[in-house]
Order: sequence, then structure tokens, then C-alpha cells
Amino acid sequence: MRIAVASGKGGTGKTTVATSLALSMGMGSSDPPLFLDCDVEAPNAHLFLQPVIQERVEVGILVPQIDAGLCDQCGRCAEVCQYHAIAVLGRKVLIFPQLCHGCGSCGLVCPETAITEKMVVTGVLERGRAAAGFPFAHGVLNIGEPMAVPVIRQLKQWIQPEPDQTIILDVPPGTSCPVVESVRGADMLLLVTEPTPFGLHDLKLAVELSHELKIPAGVIVNRDGKAVFPDLDFFCAQADIPILLRIPFERQIAAGIAQGRALVEIHPEYINIFRQLPARMALECR
Amino acid sequence: MKIVLTTTQPDLESELDPRFGRCSYLLVVDPYTLDWQAEPNAGANASGGAGVQTAQFVSAQKVQAVISGDFGPNAFSALEAAEVEMYQFGSCRTAREAIQSFLDGNLQHVGAATRSEGHSKGRSRL
Repeated sequence: MRIAVASGKGGTGKTTVATSLALSMGMGSSDPPLFLDCDVEAPNAHLFLQPVIQERVEVGILVPQIDAGLCDQCGRCAEVCQYHAIAVLGRKVLIFPQLCHGCGSCGLVCPETAITEKMVVTGVLERGRAAAGFPFAHGVLNIGEPMAVPVIRQLKQWIQPEPDQTIILDVPPGTSCPVVESVRGADMLLLVTEPTPFGLHDLKLAVELSHELKIPAGVIVNRDGKAVFPDLDFFCAQADIPILLRIPFERQIAAGIAQGRALVEIHPEYINIFRQLPARMALECR
Repeated sequence: MKIVLTTTQPDLESELDPRFGRCSYLLVVDPYTLDWQAEPNAGANASGGAGVQTAQFVSAQKVQAVISGDFGPNAFSALEAAEVEMYQFGSCRTAREAIQSFLDGNLQHVGAATRSEGHSKGRSRL
């Protein structure tokens, strides 16, 4: 089972939930989960899971290169490029690597075979074992690079899970392309939110995404109980999405997280609750 | 001679649009006869690469100069490669005013990109 922990709004507690879920499922288990931190723009699960990195590879995108001797400036590459990463201007051909998505269309349509592709490194993938023993991997997008998706895609291809191994994916915030790439292929979505108008607003977007991708979803409410906010429960009831867990707004949790301790280390009573989550999701989420 | 101005309306009296890649209209004008033709800017709603797309259109018009408010780094490189002169309209409000200022030699010539980031809503789209 692939469980993706997403949120819409940033800072709601995705990593808090994802790391505690992995730690709970990994504890004394003969079938430990695989943890993937897909938030390549700001990966932080390693702060809680303390992995020992065993392998590291550079990844990137294939950007076109033009052989000026073969190019006759026909312009087909610029026409086919929907990202406008190639421009044919008079007798010059310009390439804008930061706009390129590495799709390869320009090379396919070039009648003069003047285009070859060159790997431009945009990030790294690292894998190893979390301190608790289970396999861990994450991607890190280089600073200044605009495109997270190719790094996420290659992270997911790089890691081959064992048959029937549970995979826990820590997903970036938002509902745009990096999120779609991260949750693609997931069996279940855990949507972490907070009982505030912002949390609810972005939860609605995340629920729309789950419908669009046809992935069953359940909700975890973090920082619960500080103020009364019935709109969240009302929305979940209306949308027929179960609220699987409420994590209280509590100083002790905040202080522990700030010290790099996982929720289940601060409050071990959550271990059993997290262990039961996958079974409950299979039963309650649709 | 032909020049291009970025405008908000398809009209010589239109206000100028300060955004090069994301302007609403591109006004192709002969500054001496004031014969003009307006084209909606295909780059206006592009998710990315608007400046490059608009620069390609401008290049294809075989114009000498383009007048706008801002030129991002990609648009600047593309227009420079296309050997199109770039000018900023400064305090001019309408296309007609800017054309007169251009003829009078009062517009600021642009020798480098005038801003750094794109106006795109999401740069990590795929």
C-alpha cells in the first residue's frame, strides 16, 4: 500500500504525521515501511528520521543542444515547445534551460537531427536507512532551480520497494504539479489540516485533487481544540471524508517537534493509533 | 519602418501595458504614417515562457524597435538575439504619446534586462 501524506496548506503537519506513521509501522516489524520524502524543495523528514545515507546520485533534466552546422533555422523545435524554451530568432536559436521541461519533443521533430540532449543537473537523490532501521530516501532540488517535478519523478523511479511493502510518501504542500507527481500511484491520501479558515480552504483544494486523481482520502486534524471551528467538521461530513485522527494543540508537542523529536517519541501512546491507520483507511476512506 | 508597442487595448489611443511578455495587445505601428495593426498577445496567459513567446512574435514582425515598460531576462536575451532595439516608455501614457517620444529620441534605450523574475503564476508547473 502506498500512503501519501498531503495537505494543501503548508505547515499543517505533513511531516509530523508521515514520520510518526513510518516510525510506528517500522517499530519491531518484520515488514518495515519505505519512507520517501518527496518535498524536494524543502525536504525535512530526515531531521526526525536521522537516516544514514548510503547512496547518492545526481539527477536533472535533458536540455537540448543545437549543432549550428546542421541547423537551418526551420523553427519546428520552437513551434513544438509548449514551454517556450527554444526560440528561433532570425538566424539564431536560443535555448532557455530554466524553461525546459526535458520532454524531448524538439529533438523528435528536428528534420536536420541538429538537436542532441545534455543532462543538466538540478538536484540529488539520497537513500539509506532511518535510525529506526527502515529504508529512507529523499530528493533535494538545487537552490535556484525552478522545477521540482523531474527530481520527484526520478526519486520515485529510483526506489524499488519490496513486494507488498508499505510506502509512505511525504508530499510537498499545495496542489500543483509537484504534488500531483508525488501522489501519482498512491492508494490512499492522508490529508493533514488545521482547524482554521486557511486550513479548510486548502483542504478543499486537496480534496478536489483526490477526486480528480481518484485516490481515497482521509483527514487528520492537527493543532486541534484551540478554538471552536465547526466548519471543518461540517465540510468533512458533507464531503463524506472521515476524520481519522485529531492531534491536539499542545505546547509539549510543539516543543518536542522543535527539538527534532517525532510525535510518537513525544507521546508514545500515538504508536498504536498510527499503526491502525492503514487498516482504518482501507475500511473508511473511499 | 515598423515598431511594436505593448498596449492594454487594440488601439493607437490605448494605454500602454508595462509588462512585455504578458501585455494584452501588441501594436505594430509605422511611426511616420501611424498605420497600425493590433494583435492579441498569445503569451498573455502562458503558464511560463511568456517573454520568449512574445519576443518570437515581435521578431517575426521584422520590426526595428519595441517599446514596453519592463523586459525580463529571457525576453531581453531573445530580443537582443533578434536584433530588435528595446525602449522603455517611461512617463508616456498612451501608444500615440510613446510613438512621438520615440521619434523625438526621448525614450530610454534598454541595454540590460529591467527586472529579474518572471510574472508566471507557478514556475514549477509541468
